[in-house]
Amino acid sequence: MATAEPVRAPAWVRVGLVPLVNLLLAFIVTGLVVLAVGENPFEVLRLLVRGAFGYPEAIGYTLYYTTNFIFTGLAVAVAIHAGLFNIGGEGQAYIGGLGVGLVCLYLDFLPFIVVLPLAIIAAALFGAAWAFIPALLQAKRGSHIVITTIMFNFIAAALMVFLLGKVLIKPGQMSPESRQFADHLFLPKIHEVLEPVGISIGRSPLNLSFIWALVCCVLVYLFIWRTRWGYEFRTVGQNERAAVYGGISPSRVTIWAMVISGALAGFMGINEIMGVNHRLLLNFTAGYGFVGIAVALMGRNHPVGIVLAALLFGALTQGVAEVPFDIPAIDREMQQVIQGLIILFAGALEYMVRPHVERAYVALFRPRRQPVAAE
Amino acid sequence: MSYFEIILMLDATLRLATPLIFAALAGLYAERSGVFDIGLEGKMLGSAFAAAAVAAVVYPHLGGAGWLSPWVGLLAGILVSVALSMLHGFACITHRGNQIVSGVAINILAGGLAIALGRAWFARGGQTDQLGNEQRFTAITWPGAETIGDIPVIGPIYAELISGHNLLVYLAILAVPLTAFVVYRTRFGLRLRAVGENPAAVDTAGISVPWMRYKALIVTGVLCGISGSYLSIAHGASFVPNMSAGKGFIALAALIFGKWRPFPAFFACLLFGFLEALEQRMQGATIGGLAVPVQLFQAMPYIFTVILLAGFIGRAVAPRAGGIPYVKER
Amino acid sequence: MSGGDRTQPGPGGGAGPGHAAPAAPAGDAPPAIELRHINKHFGPVHANRDISLSVARGTIHGIIGENGAGKSTLMSILYGFYQADSGEIRVNGQPTPILTPSDAIRAGIGMVHQHFMLVYPFTVLENVVLGTESRPLLRETLAGARAELERLEREYGLEVDPDAVVENLPVGAQQRVEILKALYRGADILILDEPTGVLTPQEADDLFRILAALRDQGKTVILITHKLREIMAITDNVSVMRQGQMVAHRKTSETSRDELAELMVGRKVLLRVEKGEAQLGPVILDVEGLDVVDHLGVRRVKDVSFQVRAGEIVGIAGVSGNGQSELLAALAGMTRPAKGHIRIRGTDVAGHHVDARTMRALKVAHVPEDRQREGLVTSFAANECAILGYHRAPRYNRGLFLDRGRILGATRQLMQDYDVRPPNPFLPAANFSGGNQQKIVVAREITSDPDLLLVGQPTRGVDIGAIEFIHRRLIAMRDAGKAILLVSVELDEIMSLSDRILVMFDGHIVGEVPQDRRDERTIGLMMAGVPLETAEAQAHAAAGAH
Repeated sequence: MATAEPVRAPAWVRVGLVPLVNLLLAFIVTGLVVLAVGENPFEVLRLLVRGAFGYPEAIGYTLYYTTNFIFTGLAVAVAIHAGLFNIGGEGQAYIGGLGVGLVCLYLDFLPFIVVLPLAIIAAALFGAAWAFIPALLQAKRGSHIVITTIMFNFIAAALMVFLLGKVLIKPGQMSPESRQFADHLFLPKIHEVLEPVGISIGRSPLNLSFIWALVCCVLVYLFIWRTRWGYEFRTVGQNERAAVYGGISPSRVTIWAMVISGALAGFMGINEIMGVNHRLLLNFTAGYGFVGIAVALMGRNHPVGIVLAALLFGALTQGVAEVPFDIPAIDREMQQVIQGLIILFAGALEYMVRPHVERAYVALFRPRRQPVAAE
Repeated sequence: MSYFEIILMLDATLRLATPLIFAALAGLYAERSGVFDIGLEGKMLGSAFAAAAVAAVVYPHLGGAGWLSPWVGLLAGILVSVALSMLHGFACITHRGNQIVSGVAINILAGGLAIALGRAWFARGGQTDQLGNEQRFTAITWPGAETIGDIPVIGPIYAELISGHNLLVYLAILAVPLTAFVVYRTRFGLRLRAVGENPAAVDTAGISVPWMRYKALIVTGVLCGISGSYLSIAHGASFVPNMSAGKGFIALAALIFGKWRPFPAFFACLLFGFLEALEQRMQGATIGGLAVPVQLFQAMPYIFTVILLAGFIGRAVAPRAGGIPYVKER
Repeated sequence: MSGGDRTQPGPGGGAGPGHAAPAAPAGDAPPAIELRHINKHFGPVHANRDISLSVARGTIHGIIGENGAGKSTLMSILYGFYQADSGEIRVNGQPTPILTPSDAIRAGIGMVHQHFMLVYPFTVLENVVLGTESRPLLRETLAGARAELERLEREYGLEVDPDAVVENLPVGAQQRVEILKALYRGADILILDEPTGVLTPQEADDLFRILAALRDQGKTVILITHKLREIMAITDNVSVMRQGQMVAHRKTSETSRDELAELMVGRKVLLRVEKGEAQLGPVILDVEGLDVVDHLGVRRVKDVSFQVRAGEIVGIAGVSGNGQSELLAALAGMTRPAKGHIRIRGTDVAGHHVDARTMRALKVAHVPEDRQREGLVTSFAANECAILGYHRAPRYNRGLFLDRGRILGATRQLMQDYDVRPPNPFLPAANFSGGNQQKIVVAREITSDPDLLLVGQPTRGVDIGAIEFIHRRLIAMRDAGKAILLVSVELDEIMSLSDRILVMFDGHIVGEVPQDRRDERTIGLMMAGVPLETAEAQAHAAAGAH
């Protein structure tokens, strides 16, 4: 045949090598930015790695940030499996945190062991509710979910400013924050949990929600690949006509996928509100919801990939935060630059690099075309 | 509220709506050509930084021609915004990447770069140097504003509302009929609208779809550049981290609210600008002993847009080819 | 290319595939269009195979063939939308490379696409000038264009209001805009791709009048269609395409509907499937007065009634695009009928909220016409494709989870029973050949043990071995007392499998073919819309003349 299918590179090239090349490109461009501000990129990289992994406390911080990115990355991934772009993770996490905060503020007469599951449920319900409205509008009225979820991010922000400034604010205080939760409701830190069993690690905000994040990874994996509902999500995401043929309702899948996505984003509130800040405050989501997009893209929407990508972004967040102590010209915005570049290369420009890498691989390692089995 | 206060409110409305008008028109060109652009915010931030930084840096070198520095700043702002817009085009038109993902990347990247570079170059925690009046676009007082200003009713309108804005405000108001003219009355506009509705029709008519879309994105870049520059060298006097504060998204909302048409989008910008003015005025005010929830005004543009998108107040139909990379159908 | 070549030239004449001398142009003027040895591949698909064609100036030349025969691809090459892999295009005798639509426009070629290339919110005038605007300001361009447009409308009887917004116009008027667009660009040669697919009969008659006027003014028209009526009604010459090849050229006056029908459909070398008498059971499917309207609001199935009993195969013959697909989709629960009744073992499902899931629960299985777009998810592994539609069945689930062991076991079994190659349940569906993909779909639906099996084009794009295999399975199912409704455009397939044959034309069921009149000639005429009695008489007369 004149134009047979090109020889395919093995899957690991697409899944493993291409993201690495994209990451490398992002780092190279970041290096140029570092050069532009007159610093040595390799020195910055060294400090960054040390800041992220160099000592026990640093690792704790890295994993604490990783926790947030796992939740928001999973949220984006679940929606993408159903063919939906949930760009509203930021707002869903914000409102999820509100749910956690309300439980901790108003049910603090209950023991921790009762409040914890209630807080988890509240995080899920509040996050899900914030995703439900855009989902419903998409499924029933065809409103573009990207736009509506963006709008809901801003509505969430305004709502939180109002609630914290006017309703939940601790009386007699200027800054818009709630009172601190009762001591017994603090989610235990990992170092506190490990101390009694004789393991001593550095003090850090890393808390039990990290475990819950890992559990969620397993649950998402099982749900998407091992249940009939996950099967329906993926069918709708891949081929809506085949879904209709298979008796699957695309609008029902749209709603459920967004609800689950929102719940996962909402869990971020457990880490930030119950685990670290111990009160409701403004802007605790700090853009983690948007980074979830990068995490899902890098992790190719698979929980294992998401954990790795979340670790990468966690290390970047923590590592970059340490750099200014030695090089004041580099601050945490450099992390935002890297994130933007990773989304650019791994996401928007995914079709730029991939064919070249695959072709290069084929040219280098498979010089001779293997005879294709006749069909 | 007195008559004079109302005039002042409208005056503030105009000032606050100006960046929205530029950005909404910017979005109009991109989206009318079939390229979704949620990266307006990032382009505004990037150009706001570039304009302020360049205006500050070139001023000492211009000597007697210091009045040129806002113009050089504006040019820099436009260049940066166009560059980001071309990046969007490179990803979405040339490489058929996801337009939403690209927009998100540009927002995050531009926001980060502006602060990172600003922090390193100006060492003011991300802010740029404060600009003097000669380095900015300042208010233009119209002839006779002071004398006419004393005439009741008409006087304040002339003196406060019409006179006394900087050049870019007037430019924004001019840009609206100009855009309407370009979009509806010119060959470029006809092809622009066609390529956003049915690129295959444009292709079969022998016009290059990618080149049409690139041209649209260049205009988007220019307008967005003016919008961002307005924030830092006209309305403000320096770049402040995150100074666009979601205005790029409000502009996007205004564009949708205006159903992708110049004049309705303009009125939506005025409405959203008015809401912002109202919010600033109502800060701390009480009605019947209850604090006014000013955040409601903040959220209003977004709530309106969602309601519109849900089809409860008319139907907002996006350009049909929006968001879909053009590939010749097999 | 080898392997898939199972066609023989039609019986109606010796015109073999390839470049038999086409109808000679009148006089010595060079033909308006001459295509020489055109080849075009899309990936592994050889869409156009060594095509040669000559179209005489000032004639209406029909190109007929079934969907997927390669007609549209050929015309897209002529219009510069695609480029041929090899071959030559001559316009008015001159070799003319056509690389883009602009080249085609310059060469005087205009095209009316099957899906209109119109900007719907624009006015007629704006659509007409798009791409040819002479001035930067629209007003100047439009003023000049208006005069020219009105002249063209008068000259060719193409009435349409220049200021009407296109989306508000009826489809027939939209099509006139497309023709005007081409003429405005100075087209001497006009290609129309399936122009009547979206038209009412009256609109189609109007179109034919316009085409005749164009010819009389010296224009050359190429009409692509799969409808015999149009070819006979309006063309001067006709070329027949089948499976990417040009199989015959005829003068329209020297051919007949039934010859063309046979040439189009072709005769496949099929082994006759051995089958005994049908053991009829109770009525399983009872369709009464069914109407289906598509998303464009066009009535596709019109007042259709028939029954299928247990133990029989009912075949629906017809040229594709006559409502069979829509009928099948409605019966499978994928679209909702506008009117009428669908009774499955007496239960009326029409009018209720039905989807494919409810139909499967009623033991109705469905092999869809388009396996790539509906029957499979090509990115899924074979074992995941093997449960599509049955993924909720208890046999594939254990508690909350899909029972992977059972699914894999069932897939392996199915692959073994249906000889799917390679028998790897983890391979993505996209990596199987068409025949093996189809075997997965057929196996999935048959093993679900339905009472009624709906089958659409079961052997389209399937190699000969798999065809035989699938046919034997269908017969075995019938013998096991199941009801089968078979929709196929392959006449031979219908004839060898069906116990009863219904013929569909233009949304209606034209009639049932009597057992003793099951010859290709009769069915071919019925497929062209001729009622049974007339068809019989004509076929009889033709047979007598031999």
